[in-house]
Amino acid sequence: MDNYPALIVVTPLLAALLAGLAAWIEDRLSYPIALMGLALSTFFAFKVLMQVIGSGTIHYRMAGWAPPMGIEYTIDLLNALVLLLVSGIAFLNLIASYPSVNQETNDRAASFYTIYLLFVTGLLGVTATGDLFNLYVLIEITSLTSYAMVALGDRDRGPIASLNYVFIGVIGASFYLLGVGYLYLKTGSLNMADVAHILSGIQGSSTVLVGFILCMLGIWIKMALFPMHVWLPNAYTYSPVAFSRVVAPLMTKVMVYVMIRLMVTVFGLDYIFNTLHLADAAVWLATIAILAGGVMALAQKNLKKMLTYIIVCEIGYMVGGAWMGNQLGMTGAILHIVNDALMTFALFLAVGNMVYKLKTIDLPDLKGLFGKMPWTMAGFVLAALSIIGVPPTCGFFSKWYLLLGALEAGAYHFAAALIISSLICAILFFKVFEICFFESLAGGHETAHGVVEIEEAPVSMLIVSGLVSLSIIVVGLYSGTIVNSIILPFLK
Amino acid sequence: METIVSVKPLLAVLVTLFVIPVLVSSSGKPNARESWIFIAGTIKLVLILSMLPVILEGKQIVLTLFEIAPGASIAFRVDGLGMLFAIVAASLYIVTSIYSIGYMRGLNEHGQTRFVSFFALAISATIGAAFSANLLTLYLFYEILSLATYPLVTHHQDATSKISGRRYLIFILGTSIGLVLPAMIYCYHVTGTLEFTTAGIFADQLSKPGATVLLLMFVFGFAKAGIMPFHTWLPAAMVAPTPVSALLHAVAVVKVGVFSIVRVLTGIFGVQLLGDFNLGVVVMTIASVTILLASCIALSQDELKRRLAYSTISQLSYIIFGVALLSPQGLLGGVIHIAMHAFGKITLFFCAGAIFVATGKKYISQMSGLGRRMPFTFAAFFIGALGVIGLPPTGGFYSKWNLILGTLEAQQTLFMLVLLVSSFLNAFYFLPIVYKGFFGKSPDEDDTTPVKIKEANLCCVIPLMITAVISIGLFFYPTIFVNLIKVGLAIK
Repeated sequence: MDNYPALIVVTPLLAALLAGLAAWIEDRLSYPIALMGLALSTFFAFKVLMQVIGSGTIHYRMAGWAPPMGIEYTIDLLNALVLLLVSGIAFLNLIASYPSVNQETNDRAASFYTIYLLFVTGLLGVTATGDLFNLYVLIEITSLTSYAMVALGDRDRGPIASLNYVFIGVIGASFYLLGVGYLYLKTGSLNMADVAHILSGIQGSSTVLVGFILCMLGIWIKMALFPMHVWLPNAYTYSPVAFSRVVAPLMTKVMVYVMIRLMVTVFGLDYIFNTLHLADAAVWLATIAILAGGVMALAQKNLKKMLTYIIVCEIGYMVGGAWMGNQLGMTGAILHIVNDALMTFALFLAVGNMVYKLKTIDLPDLKGLFGKMPWTMAGFVLAALSIIGVPPTCGFFSKWYLLLGALEAGAYHFAAALIISSLICAILFFKVFEICFFESLAGGHETAHGVVEIEEAPVSMLIVSGLVSLSIIVVGLYSGTIVNSIILPFLK
Repeated sequence: METIVSVKPLLAVLVTLFVIPVLVSSSGKPNARESWIFIAGTIKLVLILSMLPVILEGKQIVLTLFEIAPGASIAFRVDGLGMLFAIVAASLYIVTSIYSIGYMRGLNEHGQTRFVSFFALAISATIGAAFSANLLTLYLFYEILSLATYPLVTHHQDATSKISGRRYLIFILGTSIGLVLPAMIYCYHVTGTLEFTTAGIFADQLSKPGATVLLLMFVFGFAKAGIMPFHTWLPAAMVAPTPVSALLHAVAVVKVGVFSIVRVLTGIFGVQLLGDFNLGVVVMTIASVTILLASCIALSQDELKRRLAYSTISQLSYIIFGVALLSPQGLLGGVIHIAMHAFGKITLFFCAGAIFVATGKKYISQMSGLGRRMPFTFAAFFIGALGVIGLPPTGGFYSKWNLILGTLEAQQTLFMLVLLVSSFLNAFYFLPIVYKGFFGKSPDEDDTTPVKIKEANLCCVIPLMITAVISIGLFFYPTIFVNLIKVGLAIK
């Protein structure tokens, strides 16, 4: 019980090692080990969330070393929520991946599982840790594993996308590390709570200012905030679907979490909004990101790539909400971490099912898909409606808070961008629906009026995709509960 | 106001939703499928009627499902207005279901299971909108209805329906996201509530220009009401199979639009505030323009369903016109027109469909002499036309009578002229069809051969007889609807 915070992260790490070793004996062993590891991790994350809701923040000292010397895991409501989100999605995705991994990675399934687990370990660690340098190390673990994964994907485009990702990713990491260096110079500490305590006394310092800006830039590059997004679309499009399904919903969202963590816990909202005068600029940047992401998505002819640009657009939602400078905006941003993760996951699950059957994801090849893959499309439609922001899907409710926050702060440009992006997303998705609904099957001679054979993806993939799509509605209807029992207490 | 908590409104909404899986699973057995529709439709109507006595006593039935934020919940509140609309929609759903059988099987349409399933979803959303306790819930069901109707409008899956579907979405979804959503969020931002109350939710937060802009955003934003210039989706939507045009585009969908505007006028702004700012005249002017222009356009339409569509656009504005009079008689005449117009117009659409099934004719110019072959259909058409023109012995007379009294009561004599001129125009575009039908020379038969009666199948003819009879019955017994409006709007 006491060690649960560490076990959330350590279990997938051990599982990664075991899965790698087991593959020497028998290839097929690595999958159950990976599955077991993530199932346990999800279980621990759930327990920890319940514990935090019940009895408050958990401070866990790695190997018993006391902070600020030792590494501390600080689990409060926010990261308990994100931990459950990350482990849950990683676990579900692993179930959905089983049928397709071999085919997608050219029979390197064992290495896929090992890297996958390491990637998830990194994400979980980033979320759990309360130490600035440890955070850097873990970000690098997630990044390095992502580079490898992207390179495992599309034979022609994967390596180049990966290389591009490496270059920009390294720049981002360096910025962050440099920022932490500045902070260390000034405070002599790396523990978040400790740094926060020291910083509250030296708010005017320009070293701290530089440290803050460098950290933010680094994180923004890692989360692909426009115009620092250029690595993301190709990297996510050309990686194996089994990996893009988990990296697309989680990577950027965890980075948004890190940004909020730095803002709320380390630097303090008071410092950011009252001493620095960057909030307006950040909200403008977010506004531009939303519009640019939407417009670029309009130009895409490949469904997966279109979705990656929607991620760029959604990043703008969360950055804008977090920098709005009021509780409503921050609530919207945090709620959107959960919601966007769920809906992006649902969309990519549907994409995975399509790729599994069609071997392609170019828009013109999706003709007649409503008849051919009705269940997949049902999940896809639900997730798409959530992105557009139709109630009662969860996307509507985070947009609701973000809009209220924007009105309260008088940021009408941001509110307008949210509305416009909803409209753009409506156009984007109905364009896809039209292709799937009106045009007859590619290659076949069936017409819309004939009977179309149902050729669905395997049941395991369908169940996961159905569950996640339903959760979009359930989470939407219970967003009041999430806000009242998790987000608002955290922000107090 | 005495309130009773009950799950009945929820059940009434859900019953046609829960029947959808049953419909899908019995897709190979049309008779079983159709029986399930009747069972669900009947249960729905019985549930609604079982709440009627309580409502007539002046009580309200409430049920809160999900609290999203303080003052914004997903909740039902059944009052007189909602009850009236729900009775009309649910009873006509059953009649339309009979008609659908005749029409869809008569034309051997494809995708009938999809058709009935989305139809059931649409009617669920309609009842949900009728019972909504606040603007958020209303918006939720409004959006669900928009999306549920899209596959019905585009049922034929050909190039024409694709274009019409696009227009439908751009107008309906574009206005609800682009205008209603920001207006709603603004209301919540200013007042902290979205609950419908007779006094309105605003105390003194609005200036006159602000109130005007907000009001216009709502009036144009609920584009299902077909206020010009956001009306063109309705004629375009006539490509749908006639049961859709009949129930959805003469009753359910369009009247959800009108109903939403009525709710916003009476429940969000409140009659008092509208009167103080003199906004009733603004809305009345907009409605008058639509009434007259749409009637004129209707005159020029040769395709029967398009003429009916323009007539609907014009008649919908009667309702808004009446409510905007802000006088008791005007409110009564406007709201009761929801019911009166519903029965008249659905009869007309049923007739148009029956003519198409029996003869394949869509254009008025081809219908000369047809009344001798289809006497029942044309007699019903005559009654429906009387109802829409507002002549005795049909219910339409009652609403027009009250509307005219309302203009006198509100001392808006000029606007009375609008009603009178429009009635003339209505007579001009409907009565020649009937006259030529019975007495005109038929193009494809000479006068010597005796005329053989050749109606459409019984499933088509019986429903249109039923609605025509009810239309006459409402002239003699409008009492229930009148009482519902009086308790609903607290007028004597």
